[in-house]
Formats: sequence, C-alpha cells, structure tokens
Amino acid sequence: MARIVGIDLGTTNSLVAYMDKGVPRVIPGADGRPMVPSVVAMTDHGLLVGDEAKEHLLRSPDRTVYSIKRFMGKGLADVQSELAYFPYTLTEQGGVIRITLNGKTYSPPQISAMILKELKQRAEAYLEEEITKAVITVPAYFNDSQRQATKDAGLIAGLEVLRIINEPTAASLAYGLQEKTQGTIAVYDFGGGTFDISILKLKQGIFEVLATNGDTHLGGDDIDRRIADLLLDEIRSAYGLDLGPSPDYMQVLRLEAERAKIRLSDELKTLLTVELPDGRGRFTRELTRDQLESLVADLIERTLAPCRSALKDAGLTPQQIDEVVLVGGSTRMPLVRRRVQELFGKQPHCHLNPDEVVALGAAVQADILSGGTTDMLLLDVTPLSLGIETMGGVMSCLIPRNTTIPANAKEMFTTYVDGQTGVDIHILQGERELAKDNRSLARFRLKVPPLPAGVPRIEVTFLIDANGILHVTAKDMRTGRQQSIEVKPSYGLSETEVERMIEESFKFAKEDVASRKLIEARLDAGSLLAATEKSLSEGGHLVPDDVRTAVRAAVSALASAKEGDDVRTIRTRMAELEQTAKPLSVALMDDSLKRGLEGKKLSDVT
Amino acid sequence: MNQPSLSSGSRNVQMARSMCWHCQSEVAGEYFCERCVKVQPVSKETDYFTCLGLPRRLTIDPALLEAKYYERSRAFHPDFYLNKTEAEQAISLDNAATLNTAYRTLRDPVQRAEYLLDLEAGSAKTIRTSPPADLFEEILDLQDTLDAYRAGDHSSETGRQLRARLEAERGALERRQAEMEDELQKLFVEWDALQDRGEADDPSRMERDRLLRRIREILSNRTYVKNIVNDLVETIG
Ligand SMILES: Nc1ncnc2c1ncn2[C@@H]1O[C@H](COP(=O)(O)OP(=O)(O)OP(=O)(O)O)[C@@H](O)[C@H]1O
Ligand SMILES: [Mg+2]
Repeated sequence: MARIVGIDLGTTNSLVAYMDKGVPRVIPGADGRPMVPSVVAMTDHGLLVGDEAKEHLLRSPDRTVYSIKRFMGKGLADVQSELAYFPYTLTEQGGVIRITLNGKTYSPPQISAMILKELKQRAEAYLEEEITKAVITVPAYFNDSQRQATKDAGLIAGLEVLRIINEPTAASLAYGLQEKTQGTIAVYDFGGGTFDISILKLKQGIFEVLATNGDTHLGGDDIDRRIADLLLDEIRSAYGLDLGPSPDYMQVLRLEAERAKIRLSDELKTLLTVELPDGRGRFTRELTRDQLESLVADLIERTLAPCRSALKDAGLTPQQIDEVVLVGGSTRMPLVRRRVQELFGKQPHCHLNPDEVVALGAAVQADILSGGTTDMLLLDVTPLSLGIETMGGVMSCLIPRNTTIPANAKEMFTTYVDGQTGVDIHILQGERELAKDNRSLARFRLKVPPLPAGVPRIEVTFLIDANGILHVTAKDMRTGRQQSIEVKPSYGLSETEVERMIEESFKFAKEDVASRKLIEARLDAGSLLAATEKSLSEGGHLVPDDVRTAVRAAVSALASAKEGDDVRTIRTRMAELEQTAKPLSVALMDDSLKRGLEGKKLSDVT
Repeated sequence: MNQPSLSSGSRNVQMARSMCWHCQSEVAGEYFCERCVKVQPVSKETDYFTCLGLPRRLTIDPALLEAKYYERSRAFHPDFYLNKTEAEQAISLDNAATLNTAYRTLRDPVQRAEYLLDLEAGSAKTIRTSPPADLFEEILDLQDTLDAYRAGDHSSETGRQLRARLEAERGALERRQAEMEDELQKLFVEWDALQDRGEADDPSRMERDRLLRRIREILSNRTYVKNIVNDLVETIG
C-alpha cells in the first residue's frame, strides 16, 4: 500500500509526519524546521505559504490569511464577534464563509488546502515519492460540518483523507507508543484556536476514549486578543488615537501581544513596543506575568469546565486519572500548568514536544491504517449528541455524545396525512433540548410512496463512521428497496462545489508549476549570462576572435529568449551558450591554474 | 432509545446458519468464513449477548465483557479493512457499529436488564408506564412541597420547615433506591440461576415470568424515584 502521512493541520502551525520503521518522525522543511505557520499570502508574485507568508501579515494584511481553521465549517454569523480582527472581506454563500483576496473568492477549505499542499510537497521532497494519502487531525470537539470541511480541504489539495482523527487522541497514540503506559490518561490540548480534553483508557494496545469535551473557539489567539485590546485601549487614552479601524495596526498589536505572551512564559516581566503611525512616536509598556495572568484568568478558567464534564461523563474522579498529558503551545503558560495541576491533583506530563506530538500520533494512526502497526487500536467517540428535530422544535437524540464510533441508530418514519409523498428531516448536533439551540447539520427530504397515512414505513439509518462523519441511508421497509437521499449540508460545500474546487486547484497547480519553471529558467539564464559576461571580460583575450564572436552571438540569442515566456527555448539557448563558451571557460581554467602555480612558486620562494 | 427492535419475542434466537456472502459456503456464526476468510456480517437476528460471545445472563463480569469487546473490536474495526474490498469495508463498519452498541448496552447493568426484558418478553411497549399507586401519591405530594419551597422565601420559618421536610424525604427516597438496587441484584442472581438450570417445566416457566415481572416493576419504579431525587438534589443541593 502506498505511504500514508500524518498531518496536524493547526490553527497556528501545521506539521507533517511519517512512520520510519516503527518510529514516527516529523518532516522538516528546507530550513530544517518542521513547523509550517498556517498562514497563506496572495502576493503579486503568487501564493506564499508558511514562514514567507507570515512576513506578509504586516506588509499586506488584507491579502494574508491566518487562523483559517476558526472558519472551517462555519457560517458568517458564527464568527461575527471577531470580524474586527480579520482585515479581509468576509461574506457567506450557501452557509459557507467566503474570503475575498485580490478580487477572488475562496472558501476556508480552499485556503486550508493551500497549507496542506505545502505539507504534501514537503513530504514529497523529503521522502522522494508522490504522496496522495493522509490522516489529518482535527480538534476532538469539532462537529460534523467542521470535520467534513477538513476532509474537503484534503480533497482539494489532492489528498485522499483516509482518516480524520482527533488531536488529543492522536497525541495519546504517540504518548502510548513511547511510554508504554497502561491506565487512564487525560489529554489536555490547548493550542492556538481550540481547546480539547479527552479521557482515555490505555490497555493492551487498545486506546479507548471514555469521554471528550472542549471548546472549538478558545485558544492562544484569544489570549493575544486580550493583550492587544489592552494596548488598543491604552493607546487610545494616552494619544487619543484609535487603531481599531486599521487592520494593519491591529496586526501589529496582535503580533506584538503574542511575542510578549510567549516571553512571559519564561520571564516575569517584559516590554511591549508599538511604533505609532504618522510619526506619533513609540508606545511602550511593561507587562508582568502577574498582570497577564489576571488579564486572561477567565480564559484559562473556561478550559476547566469541559475537563470536569469529561471526567463526569467518563465516570471518573480527578484522582482516578493516572497521568495528565499536555499538548499544544498554549500549555507552555505557567498559569495553565498550575490550573491543570490543581484540577487533577498531579503534576502534568510534558516530556513530549507539545508542538509535534499530534502530528506524530497522526503518523502512528496512518501506520495502523496501512497495516504496519497491528497491535494498537484507537476506539474514539463522537463528541456531540446527534439527533433530529421533532414536533414542537425539540431535538430527539439518536446517538448520545461520547458514544464509541463507528455508531449507528435506526429510526422508522411514516406519514401523518393520506397520500403524503415526503417527510422532511432536519439533523442536529448538540446537547440542548430545543432544536434551535443546537447546531444544524443538514436537511433532507425522505421520498415516500403515496399511501394512506401511517402505512409507509421508511427506515432511516444514521451512521457515524470512524472519522466522526455522518452518513444517512434510507430503506423502504415495504419493498426492501434502498433509497438514495440527497443531504443538504447546513454549513458545508456541496459535492459539486468541492469537485469544482478540486479541478480549479489542479488547474492552478499546473499553472503554478508552469510559471515556477519559467521563473526558474529565467533566473538560471540570468546567472549564466552574468557569468559569461564576467568570463568574457576576464578571459576574452585568451581565445581566438571567432570564438569570442560566437559567444557574443549566443549571449544575445539567450538574452532575447529570456524576454520571451517559452521555457524550452530558454533552456535550449542556455545549452547552446554553454557549448559555445566551452573554449572560453577551458582557457580561463588553464590560465588560473597556471597563475596558481606561479603564485605557489612565489610563495615558496619567500 | 432506538435499539433495533427484536421481533422474535420470547423465542430463543440462535445464531442462524447461513451462507458466506462471498463464496457461498456455509458459515455458522463465525465472523470469518472458513473457506475464503472474508469477514461475515453480524446478522440482524444476533442479540447483543451473542454478538459479544456471552451467555444471556444478567450478571456479567465486567473484565470478561471488556476483554470480549476488545477482542471483537480487533476483528471488526474499520482501521483494519482499508486494504480490503468495498464490500468488506461496509461489513466491518456495520459490525463495528453493532458491536459498539452491544457493548454500551451490556456494560450498564440496568440497560442490560432492560435489554434482556425486551428480548425475553417482547417489545418495550408492554412495560407499565405508571408507577404503583402508593409511589404515585408520594411523588405528587413531594412535587407540591417542592413547588411551595421554590416559590417561597427560603429564609422564612416556613421555608426552613419545608426544607427540613424535603431533606427527610430525600433521605427516605435514597434509602428506597438502595433497597431497589439490592433487590435487583438478588433478582438478577435468581434469574441467572434459573437459566443455568435450563429446565422447561411449568414451575420454572412460572418462576421465570414472576422474575421478569418483578424486574420490570422495579426498573420502572426506579426511574420515577431517580427523577424525583434528581429534582430534589437540584433544588436543595
Ligand atoms: N511559550 C509559549 N507560551 C505561551 N503560549 C505559547 C508559547 N508558545 C506558543 N504559544 C502559543 O501556542 C499557540 C500555538 O500552539 P499550537 O501550535 O499547539 O496550536 P495549533 O496546533 O496551531 O492550534 P490548534 O491545535 O488550536 O488548531 C499560539 O497561540 C502561540 O502563541
Ligand atoms: Mg494543535
């Protein structure tokens, strides 16, 4: 079976890992570092992803996208409260957020796909083979729409997503592989955009998730905003200057806030500096760790309620947890560690690199799927209750939260009116009584043969697969015939839309490759021309006239080819020039060799 | 709950002999065909006990149940079917889902008993939904007291009296709960012993019906008591 890589598609950072003879390893980029900042910039010179894109956060904020994961599987109304922090135009179409950059509109899965493609290329360069299959991680508390959006992103990037796996459980796989622990563990994953808690039982290679909980909209980003908002207020009152409406300055504040926050994990105080616009000078402020902690205490507090709920659902007390594992960059904050330690009454485990452990776990799961690892098995759960809307707008639960997946439920439907030909079904996810308080997943219309009321019997099966993604099938019990149903997602791309995006992405990929090749050819031609000019001026006198003339002719032929946009012609002219200039370079070599020897003799003498 | 309805009534469901979906050779309840080694679908008629390879008993050793569940998960989980045909993947998905439901149901003693009642005595519809008269009266009374307490001033003399009464009631109900749990345990043991003897004469049939009726009665009363205790805990903490 072809290789499957493991990908941690994070809010802030993304990584790709693979299994190397039973040991999971992250794949470094050209700079040797495995982390790719989850930032995408549409520059005048094309698409940039990762570190290079990050530099554009300040240079062209309206064309540089960060934290796209917060938008996955969401509608515009879901992110209303944080729109101020995003300097680009956001709209909604078909329940899906759209981002307009450079006059072109993208859905969040398309942006995520750009990050995935970067990781795919990294893996291909490193492993020297084509990569088409992946396991991608998502926060455990992601709902169906968010998982589906992630899967769509994979497809658009040209990856077959063999499994969507939960981040904390992925971490537990990497942890379990390394520590060979048995017993109950709690994985506390606090990253850039999301918080998850999962409680697992590890026994004889089985990783059984007992309960999971979290908040898909709580992470380091929120901490940064608290600090940025503080700066915003202080600059306003000190200078009468409101930076709020300026996206560029919001980015400046946000980035400065994040840097200060990270420093305060090691230091007790730090200095924040902001260059103000229009020569208004520089704003500086000292921030102590204590001040930071009181500024964000409530955010950290918000992670504890999900922990308690998960413990309750698992039927365990904090004392019954054998080991607490910390995952995610935000767990480096001393305050987070203190609060976690207080809650569980034990020192959390942090020997594993919290940045890499999720990707490593995804690689382990990939190895299980490809048949390499056979003694480990992950039994995960669905984080949210699944149900349908019934009369009076109440949600009737079909599959309760924390049910082990795959899970299914069957429900029989009939009609209330003679001759009724359809039944409308509204699928929901959430823990509230009323349908309107839960997340709408999808709607579909069940086709029913026209018969007296109550006679039709249609059995609908709701199946949550091992990815935590819902599949619905229906069967007419009178005829035994399976009915195909078209489910319309409430917050997702339709199948045809995804297909179109895959095609587009292929087209772009071809254009990208073509233009990259042209750029490279021109660059190469440029350096060859410069090198040849240098040789001519240094060693033109060493070769006969006709050689010099031929070289000059080849130089101008290449120079004019370089102006055109045909890669082939450029490369051919380059080869011709190299061929023609050979006598020149040979002559230069001989000459320098001779002079080198002379030099040596001289130095020997002295 | 939406457990698949088992229409078989009190008939003992035996693992049906059937044909392998792939090579048509005979399979008798194994999960893999002996000839072509393809995974076999867990039949719709298979009850949760059979699905987990356990006898139909009310007392189950949790460690044994877990071991069986893990063993079968290793056999059925979709993670191990990625290289297989689409048909096998579909079977593995269905089997794993059924196995998970079976484990979830049997793991909890009360759900297990309710499930067994369904299997043994037909559909859940016949379970009486109203509590016995004395319990009914008691609950109505208590609800009135609760309402009065909620509406009134907690620090007043009446408030304090009401609270004292509610606390006393709560104690009594919790004792009652404990008694019910004890009796259930005893009935479970009696039921299992009767099954172990495997007699089919008239007295054992009568004994069987008596046990089923009593278990059902306690299970439904238990729900009423549990609900009102929850209400009490919510109100007086
Ligand atoms: N030393 C540190 N102290 C405090 N916060 C830190 C530190 N290092 C990194 N962070 C924060 O951790 C977050 C990134 O963590 P991580 O890379 O685990 O997130 P992610 O995986 O991208 O996000 P998510 O898992 O939520 O999708 C950022 O908000 C970053 O500011
Ligand atoms: Mg993460």
